[in-house]
Amino acid sequence: MAEFVMPMLGADMSAGTLIAWRKQPGDTVTRGDIIAEVHTDKADIEVEVFTSGIVEKLLAEPGQQVPVGTPLAFIREDGKAPVAAAAPERVPPLEPGRLLISPSAKTLAAELGVDLAVVRGSGPGGRIQRRDVEAAAAAVAERPSPPAPPVAVEGEDRQAGMRRAIAAAMARSKREIPHFYLSEAIDMSAATRWLADENLHRPVQERLLPGVLMLKAVALALHEVPELNAVWQGERVVQSEAVHLGVAIFLRGGGLVAPALHDVDGQSLDELMHGFRDLVSRARAGSLRSSELSDPTITVTSLGERGAESVLPIVFPPQVAIVGLGRLVERPWVSEGQVLACPVVTATLAADHRVTDGHRAGAFLTTLARLLQEPDDL
Amino acid sequence: MTDEEIKTTVLRMLGEIAPEADLAGIKPDVDFREQLDLDSMDLLNFVIAVDQELGVDIPESDYPRLGSLDAFVAYLSERLSASAADR
Repeated sequence: MAEFVMPMLGADMSAGTLIAWRKQPGDTVTRGDIIAEVHTDKADIEVEVFTSGIVEKLLAEPGQQVPVGTPLAFIREDGKAPVAAAAPERVPPLEPGRLLISPSAKTLAAELGVDLAVVRGSGPGGRIQRRDVEAAAAAVAERPSPPAPPVAVEGEDRQAGMRRAIAAAMARSKREIPHFYLSEAIDMSAATRWLADENLHRPVQERLLPGVLMLKAVALALHEVPELNAVWQGERVVQSEAVHLGVAIFLRGGGLVAPALHDVDGQSLDELMHGFRDLVSRARAGSLRSSELSDPTITVTSLGERGAESVLPIVFPPQVAIVGLGRLVERPWVSEGQVLACPVVTATLAADHRVTDGHRAGAFLTTLARLLQEPDDL
Repeated sequence: MTDEEIKTTVLRMLGEIAPEADLAGIKPDVDFREQLDLDSMDLLNFVIAVDQELGVDIPESDYPRLGSLDAFVAYLSERLSASAADR
């Protein structure tokens, strides 16, 4: 029997609220199916299941807030017999302001700075006891993250939740990750020419955006400097073979999300454009999937046409690098003794100095610049 | 199609692309992308919607002409008139 647990969908997510089940007991699920919708501070997320089988039992009710890692359902894996006995209890209610808790546990939580909203009570009816608070405090100490952010208070709007989630992730990043930055001005003449020619012959529905070329070039450049395509776990770096680019997408109501485009290095520009368009559309409509939030191995943030000329971005933990792309500007460019007016973009790499150094980071930017001189090969 | 009808259609399409945007407060003579906080993806979606709904394929080379709402309406009016004349 496999557990389907509340996933961690952001660097500092401590709990999520179940909005709805998309599957019911007895339903067959295949890995990748959407099984539930979960509300986090940043967005409403469609959560995928990572086990194929039959939904055996649901343990939480819509509207219930549940700590990360808590079982939400049991799934009988393909080929395995049902487990009738020892049916697990339902997840006890977790309502801010209406917690069942002993007075001494409450005092202890205040002393230890433990957020009671994410403590799972082991007492009768889910009552939180001292040992639960101690366990939660120990878990927080072991995690490579600061204490969980406070749970949303009633009536607080989505915007405030978004800002709080960003604040928690960025503060953690600046506190824990020794950032260093390198920038490179890149001549975009060849890329912009190639793109204009390409789009001239394409139906409007199939046009490519410059951002797609940049994403593909970043993904390919990571083949040369793979240590940047990684996550920091515990006290070590874990490199990823797959290149899942987190793409920072601003939301018009305020804030941003950075969901993953999967396996970017292996996609054609057309596939990438299709996926990129779909991702932006779903990010703004609030229908991202859990894997898109949990999978990025490096992030790209672009200020677009109306942004500033350069950006020094902050690494999204647990990733170890982020690429910032400034606005495309026309600048004097010296080539073979001639001064030309060229479209130029400033690419900045922010990276974790525990993982890599300036020499390798420089190699990444040099490779990125080189790849963008040969857009036909992207 | 009159200019007023084009404007109504354009505003509706913009509302579908950027539902959070305040269309009522849009100034017709100021860059609408800036006012509505539209990025290049939004513009592409908008251009695709114009193509699908009005049958006007806007080349990228014409993008600089599409700054304000007034300019956009004038551009579409011109293209639609030329298209009708060709028929």
